[in-house]
Amino acid sequence: MAELQLDIVANEGEIHSGKAVMVVAPAAQGEVGIAPRHAPLLTALKPGEMRVETTDGQRLTFFVGGGILEVQPDRVSVLADTALRSEDADEAAAAEAKRAAEASMEGAESESDLERAQAELAAAAARLEFVRKLKGSAHK
Amino acid sequence: MSAAKEIRGKIKSVQNTQKITRAMEKVAMSKMRKAQERMAQARPYAHKMTEVMQRVAAASSDYTHPLMAERPVKRVTYLLVTTDRGLCGGLNINIFRKVLTEMKRHRDEGVEVQFALLGSKGLAYFKRLGGKVIASATGLGDKPTMQDMLGVINAVTASYEQGETDRVYLVSSKFVNTMTQKAEIAQLLPAKAPEAEMTTEGGFGWDYIYEPSAPELMDTVVQRYVESLVYTAVVENAACEQSARMVAMKAASDNAGKIIDDLQLAYNKARQANITKELAEIVGGAAAIE
Repeated sequence: MAELQLDIVANEGEIHSGKAVMVVAPAAQGEVGIAPRHAPLLTALKPGEMRVETTDGQRLTFFVGGGILEVQPDRVSVLADTALRSEDADEAAAAEAKRAAEASMEGAESESDLERAQAELAAAAARLEFVRKLKGSAHK
Repeated sequence: MSAAKEIRGKIKSVQNTQKITRAMEKVAMSKMRKAQERMAQARPYAHKMTEVMQRVAAASSDYTHPLMAERPVKRVTYLLVTTDRGLCGGLNINIFRKVLTEMKRHRDEGVEVQFALLGSKGLAYFKRLGGKVIASATGLGDKPTMQDMLGVINAVTASYEQGETDRVYLVSSKFVNTMTQKAEIAQLLPAKAPEAEMTTEGGFGWDYIYEPSAPELMDTVVQRYVESLVYTAVVENAACEQSARMVAMKAASDNAGKIIDDLQLAYNKARQANITKELAEIVGGAAAIE
């Protein structure tokens, strides 16, 4: 029986690797079902559920937060995003990083005993920012 | 007797220091193993990403993505990957040294230099030195996640797209082996797909169906590609940090051992001198009585 080699990889490591007879993935322009000998395809994924039927009849589901899907006739590779993201979240994160830099660099060329205090301030600000980001992502 | 006592106190204090450095060495050793594992785990994604990047770039050669646009260089951004904690040998220093020589070259050419920083050591350094820092993130920890560094990456790519910087370099430590780490500079933006012959399978005899079109896919692919480069560098830096710390702490423990040996010798000599003196006094006293 024809089968597919399915690899789901994320930056942090491999999520799944195995043989499959059918893969259904949430592509950017609608859900796609991929059976063996599918035409080579490269597409973006949106956040959603991936359903996989393995060669031994098992049904697996994975949640992907977006990414890229690559299909070759005998293999499917998913480059999955693990980080939560959207246009707004990306912009907010960038703004936070800028603010953190500005806050910690304020009065950079002043006296040396101020430095330690500022270093602590920077650390506190970074921690606060981190918590805020965590809270932010929990709401979504 | 007081000299001997003083030396004994010193030996105790060095021994305590040695205990700490030994413990740190052991901790770094076990953390290093995990960090190396994490480094290996990031490889499949990075490898695949590079392949996809090559494909898409080749398929949309007549379209230039904003993040791939070459411009005359007037402003440069350095994205520095440093550690959050010290006591890891010359790891961060090597990175700063590398950047400073580059910075001097750019200053001579009249090119503006700005920085984006990952890791609190970098932030502390540039606070002392001064300089324009456009974005920073600290506290990435032993398990760096994409979420934590996304802010800095987005700030850098946004500044490139808006034309506020014309070139971005990624400065990070390369893990050569446990004993050796090397500071390296790599171009991050404009993004360039590495040479195509690195692909292992298939070749370019056939092409994909791109959905949506290749140029549109480019947006996602380039962004992910850049992110993957940064993530790989950060994870590699974490492995470098642990191995550098392990080596530094081993050297510190060895040095402490040497100092203890020397002190022990001095202590024994002082004790012996004391005994000899006491004996001489007793003998002298006995001779005076007779």
